[in-house]
Amino acid sequence: MSAFSKSPWVVHYNCNSCNGCDIELLACLTPMYDLERFGVLNVGNPKHADVLVVTGSVNHRNAPVLKNVYDQIPDPKVVVALGVCTSTGGIFAECYNVLGGIDKVIPVDVFVPGCPPRPEAMIDGFVKALGILEEKRGGKDTGSAEKPTITLFPPAVE
Amino acid sequence: MSSSPTFLQYFLTLVVVLVAPLIGGILNGFDRKITSRLQSRIGPPLLQPFYDVFKLLQKKPMVLNRIQIMYAYLHLAFMILTIVILALGQDLLMALFIHAFSTIALVIGGMSVRSPYSRIGGQRQIMQMLAYEPVLVFLVIGIYRVVGMQSGTGSFLASQAMSLGQPLLIPLPLMFVSFFIAILIKLHKSPFDVSTSHHMHQELVKGVTLEYSGPFLALIEITHFYETFLLFALIACFWGTNLLVGAVLAAVCFFGMLVVDNACARLTPVWMVRFMWTVPMAMCLCNMVWFYL
Repeated sequence: MSAFSKSPWVVHYNCNSCNGCDIELLACLTPMYDLERFGVLNVGNPKHADVLVVTGSVNHRNAPVLKNVYDQIPDPKVVVALGVCTSTGGIFAECYNVLGGIDKVIPVDVFVPGCPPRPEAMIDGFVKALGILEEKRGGKDTGSAEKPTITLFPPAVE
Repeated sequence: MSSSPTFLQYFLTLVVVLVAPLIGGILNGFDRKITSRLQSRIGPPLLQPFYDVFKLLQKKPMVLNRIQIMYAYLHLAFMILTIVILALGQDLLMALFIHAFSTIALVIGGMSVRSPYSRIGGQRQIMQMLAYEPVLVFLVIGIYRVVGMQSGTGSFLASQAMSLGQPLLIPLPLMFVSFFIAILIKLHKSPFDVSTSHHMHQELVKGVTLEYSGPFLALIEITHFYETFLLFALIACFWGTNLLVGAVLAAVCFFGMLVVDNACARLTPVWMVRFMWTVPMAMCLCNMVWFYL
């Protein structure tokens, strides 16, 4: 592990999330989990960031903003999608304004499913993202992550 | 004027310029570690500031305009020049002015872009200079008064401070306290982190450094290392008769700075200027009056 992946600065963009994932993300920075152990800093400025963390179901309104934030991050960069909303739209998937997953707007490197994902799962996702960041620095094309599929459906009403 | 520097002095200056960012970086590592412990977290490794700089240097450069980039280099160059001037035992007042140029370069760099956050950060940086520069000028006057104008041209090197009968802290106690408060402003520590802020604080998003990214942000970080070294080296010179005691003094001040940083909320820029022009300024004046009693 080189110095490059020891200092991931994270910018967090909320695409219309219910704030569940946002609160869990901030919980990662608290004394209980302390992500700063791995050099993670929560920065407010995409130009200083290496990792873009997205929460919430992207819609027509904030899709261009998300794209803009993504474009402002200097290369190499990775995108971590937190929660089922960013994968498929989650419980909002059927809404008329929801696009159904941020991978329709920007390339995603790691999906962390859950509603909300536990901080442990988020840390796991970050570790995976750092590996990808390291590969991207080496000029490797890592492709985009495989999108989680909905496996649990509510029972049909008879 | 002082005699021209010897070969040994040039060599020592080179060593200082090479070693200063290493010491400054480790001090910043301690800063983050101790801050984390004060917040009952484990905190990043001690070498984290170096990891940050190496990472930033490897990022792809994003340039908004050439002026902005030039001022990032000038910010670093003037800071190194300040250290060179002090290490060669040249005039202290001159070093102060060159140091101010370094900060001005940061301000103009921040002002050269269209981002409102960056511009407000630049204006607040000017407010910060307005707040601490008079205190530094008073400090220089006080040091001249103690070591005498005669040797004033090359006075403030540790070697000269060592040759004094008594440490500078004894005749300049109130100025020392004022200088400590000025350091809090210089290093953007709470309650004075109004123009930009460090680590995970997000004043004005990132204030005057907002539009710098990648390698150019690394330049500003390296300048910050130099500045941390410079200021705490000056603190150590307050007990220049025995630099071991001086180092302890600097360490105590460093820890005091972190406690203040963690215990205080951020204040407004106007409050900062009002405070600096009353309390520390009055302390400096009292210290001046003391000479003549």
